[in-house]
Amino acid sequence: MGLSTSILLTIALAPLVGCVLAGFLGKFLGRAGSHTATILGVALSCALSFYVLYQLTLGGVPEYNQNIYTWFQIGPFNASVGFMVDRLTALMLVVVSFVSLLVHVYTIGYMADDDGYTRFFSYISLFTFSMFMLVMSNNFMQLFFGWEAVGLVSYLLIGFWYKRPTAIFANLKAFLVNRVGDFGFLLGIAAVLYFLGTLDYATAFAAAPGLAGKTLQVTANTQWDAATVICILLFVGAMGKSAQVPLHVWLPDSMEGPTPISALIHAATMVTAGIFMVARMSPLFEMSSTALSFVLVIGATTALFTGLIGIVQNDIKRVIAYSTLSQLGYMTVALGVSMYSGAVFHLMTHAFFKALLFLGAGSVIIAMHHEQDMRYMGGLRKYMPITWITMWVGSLALVAVPFTSGFYSKDAIIEAVGESHRWGAHYAYFCVMAGVVVTGLYTFRQMYLTFHGKERFKVVEQHGHGHGDHGHHEPGVLAHAPKESPWVVTVPLVLLAIPSLLVGFFTVGPTLFGNWFGGAIHVNEANDVLAELGHEFHGAAAMALHGFTQLPFLLVVVAFVICTYIYLFNPALADRIKSALKPLWTVLDRKYWVDDVYYALFARGGVLLGRAFWKVSEKAVIDDAMVNGSVGLVHRVAATMRRLQSGYLYHYAFAMILGLILLLGGYWLVGSGLAGH
Amino acid sequence: MFNHLLSLLIWLPVVGAIPVLLAGSARPNLARWLSLLVAVLTFVVSLFLLVQYDPSGPVIQLVESHLWIASWGVHYGLAVDGISVALIVMTTFVGVLVIAGAWEVIQDKPHQYMAAMLILEGLLIGVFCATDALLFYALFEAILIPMFILIGVWGGPRRVYATLKFFIYTFFGSVFMLIALLYLYQKAHTFDLATLAALPLSFTEQAWIFFAFLIAFAIKVPMVPVHTWLPDAHVEAPTGGSVVLAAVMLKVGTYGMLRFILPIVPDAGAHFAWLVIVLSLVAIVYIGYVALVQEDMKKLVAYSSVAHMGFVTLGIFIAFMLVRDQGRTDMAMLGMQGAMVQMISHGFVSGAMFTCIGVMYDRMHTRLIKDYGGVINAMPWFGFFYVLFAMANCGLPGTSGFVGEFMVILASFTANPWVSLFAAFTLIIGAGYTLWLVKRVLWGAITNPHVAEMKEINARETLVLAGFAAAVLALGIWPQPLVHLMDSSVSQLVQQLAIHKI
Repeated sequence: MGLSTSILLTIALAPLVGCVLAGFLGKFLGRAGSHTATILGVALSCALSFYVLYQLTLGGVPEYNQNIYTWFQIGPFNASVGFMVDRLTALMLVVVSFVSLLVHVYTIGYMADDDGYTRFFSYISLFTFSMFMLVMSNNFMQLFFGWEAVGLVSYLLIGFWYKRPTAIFANLKAFLVNRVGDFGFLLGIAAVLYFLGTLDYATAFAAAPGLAGKTLQVTANTQWDAATVICILLFVGAMGKSAQVPLHVWLPDSMEGPTPISALIHAATMVTAGIFMVARMSPLFEMSSTALSFVLVIGATTALFTGLIGIVQNDIKRVIAYSTLSQLGYMTVALGVSMYSGAVFHLMTHAFFKALLFLGAGSVIIAMHHEQDMRYMGGLRKYMPITWITMWVGSLALVAVPFTSGFYSKDAIIEAVGESHRWGAHYAYFCVMAGVVVTGLYTFRQMYLTFHGKERFKVVEQHGHGHGDHGHHEPGVLAHAPKESPWVVTVPLVLLAIPSLLVGFFTVGPTLFGNWFGGAIHVNEANDVLAELGHEFHGAAAMALHGFTQLPFLLVVVAFVICTYIYLFNPALADRIKSALKPLWTVLDRKYWVDDVYYALFARGGVLLGRAFWKVSEKAVIDDAMVNGSVGLVHRVAATMRRLQSGYLYHYAFAMILGLILLLGGYWLVGSGLAGH
Repeated sequence: MFNHLLSLLIWLPVVGAIPVLLAGSARPNLARWLSLLVAVLTFVVSLFLLVQYDPSGPVIQLVESHLWIASWGVHYGLAVDGISVALIVMTTFVGVLVIAGAWEVIQDKPHQYMAAMLILEGLLIGVFCATDALLFYALFEAILIPMFILIGVWGGPRRVYATLKFFIYTFFGSVFMLIALLYLYQKAHTFDLATLAALPLSFTEQAWIFFAFLIAFAIKVPMVPVHTWLPDAHVEAPTGGSVVLAAVMLKVGTYGMLRFILPIVPDAGAHFAWLVIVLSLVAIVYIGYVALVQEDMKKLVAYSSVAHMGFVTLGIFIAFMLVRDQGRTDMAMLGMQGAMVQMISHGFVSGAMFTCIGVMYDRMHTRLIKDYGGVINAMPWFGFFYVLFAMANCGLPGTSGFVGEFMVILASFTANPWVSLFAAFTLIIGAGYTLWLVKRVLWGAITNPHVAEMKEINARETLVLAGFAAAVLALGIWPQPLVHLMDSSVSQLVQQLAIHKI
């Protein structure tokens, strides 16, 4: 017996129902009604997702691939809404619904004082629906639908506090940068249709081997390899959504949104859509090692260079945002060396520990009355022990200490890159290895600045002054002492800490080395680095023990020692290093000037170009010269003609005489001319 | 009665305008209710058309033909194919929304306004089902008159300039069409479009006729560089005028291309397809930049209309390349369907955008972007609709704006990847000008006390916007019924492209 369509439809639509209820009937349902409706919807999806995963893994159920309805049918071309649910999809469903459910619960606490409470629940449920449509799609059209729908919700949520100028700048920026990616993505889909003649995954993947040798005529003398064109164009989409260099600029700014969505959308799920997409398209990407090298180099660059920026950030959320960029880079690197299952594996572990870190940061932000600057924190561990411990769990997973989930996924990626012979693998190996130190530095720095050391804030009791005064107070001055967050916040933290710690240990074997994904992921034998690593794999425990002796762990220890010395024992040293390395610090603080260049070039430049078009070609050339010019010409001619009809008799008499003379003169000329013959 | 369904559709609103006029300015409410009744009735009758037309039957259905001017053999000939049916239903639907949208907004001579609107609607329906070239021409010209009155009487301060520019511009174009039609008449001795389609013509003849038709229809669409009348007309037109202008009247231009250029001069069309394609791409990219810097909301949306209509002309003419150069009838159908869906979708999206601007204008009496800011604070429900339509305007999947553009981009990649590259640029620039507008108008803190005083949309405005929203979402979520309705007609159009007449 296979998976039933009604179960899959319920998974997808339950959050949509919640969204509509909270969004349109929020006033009638009230706050409790809205969050109950949306949470029930997502909880139902979550339970069914686990059921689907169970069925596909242990129930021996075959994968599901069916169309639900025809979106359009034009000649041979079909676009449908349909579901393809195999183990890859099921894993994504579980990750998305689980994190989403916890974020829904967490939101009850985080947004308790916000006026947009029901609207927020409506948005995050809409997001969950969109993400389900994206991962469950069985064709490129629906993939693009989900792709853009999550982008829309991301836009709405980054700009959730729409009165803040920074928020509405960030959401426009996020949407536009993503659109640059989607521009490539859509052309990629067009290329798929051109070369493979279908928008359906299964048919396209089956036809993929036929791409070999096909080319696209780009100019009269240039031809590009078909598979390379398709894959690079599709990957441009992934670069937008998964914030890879050079389309990474929107993700740090997206931190303008409320923290729950930073956890859900900008860490755990939406930004990993690009990774999922490439893994899903593995049969296509395997056809082009050029495209994979491109993926590899982009991923490696992102992994190292965005992580470096994280070291100089002072905003607790921005540190995690740059960490997310860097970790997405690791996943992309894994894709680049044909280790798709490794990328998805890291996607899963990262979803847990990064959601945990964000929600933990949110818990800190609540305690600090919406202060996000770590320079005004410190010593929080005694006020909020649950947040403190769970965030350490997340941090250890992030820096990949052996036995944590992050270790299994990240260490496997680093080793796989070391094994790979793909062009760019040496560079990537350097980047991911250096990235380990960088990850350690920003993570430990963040933990120390937030939870350890001296308190750098003052508590000044102010009566009649509550929470929720977003940033209107003097920095570092709190109205109440920080305290641990309510259970709706801490329970999700604990529930995320558990998989952050354990899920890797239990799943590394089957996902990486046990061919658990089966037919969902296709790797050519020659590219299969995991198979080589598999020879040395003797169980999760052995892998972790081995990890203690390896270079990555030593690098983490180095980072730990450096940060411990600086932030616990010698805080002044940090400033001394900063002033000693001022030029380097400036480069990182200015984010390599990428944002500035983009703003000048594309935003200002676009407006200037538009103005030039508007002033010169629209107004001066077309309207004034051509349109009104010809009207003016008619006017002038008419004005001249009108003068002839003056109404004065002597004018007409004069004209008659003149005409007579001309006529006679003409006759005479013509007549004499004729006489000459 | 059903033999004359099309006549009924045309004459119901035209004749219905008489009692509306008779209601007079003394009884404005009677005029309003009467005109709403007529508009709703027309819409209901057009639904019968939807039922009556069988997409799997012959392409041309519901034929009516009566001799009109015997000495010239001009017929009052009406018939529809799937494309006409779709356009007519769109017209009658928008007609209801426009009448409802003008309700209290038009205080000055509402009976005349409503009557002009109804007459305009009837004439537009006529254009979409005329099978006689001279009848088409007469209606094509006649629609200028009510629109001239709508802008000239209820328009803004520069309405005289705008109406003259609009009238003379379009009139100038149609003169060329008339000359071409007269030439065709002296060869074929008929104005019957089916006969003209079968008329053999040399390439030179076709080229001259092609350009004559192109000028006439390109002005109407409008295509770059003959588009500058549109922003001026929109800016001065009352909201309802803008809605009908953008939603329906522009489609008359592309519809004319389908009925005249494609069947009558296919060889010239194929030969000069590159020209139209280039102009379409210029409309998409260049006009996108021009739209970006507009300071007047209506101008911005007007320019965005030009860019979106670029997809219609692109889809139609890319089909020439696909059929003639590559023999890809299947891809040509995809592109052509994309163009047709885009026509219908743009009707709803642009209509909705102009309605939204009208709603704001009624409260603030300004269209300048800088006078707004933070409207969402005062009007959250309006904000919901505005964001929805803005997203449709930037072609978000799930809205109708996506469907046509998606099809056209997919098809044009096969014709030439560079064409699709420029076409897909709309994803970026379209989002740029639309969402920047939304950012400046809707989001942010309230910028001035006038914005704070803006009242939330009332029930009537909500209904109108919800009507547009329903259409935009329905087409976006399930375009197949529309595609199926037009399938055989599009197939026939594509076959006509392949016919060599020389």
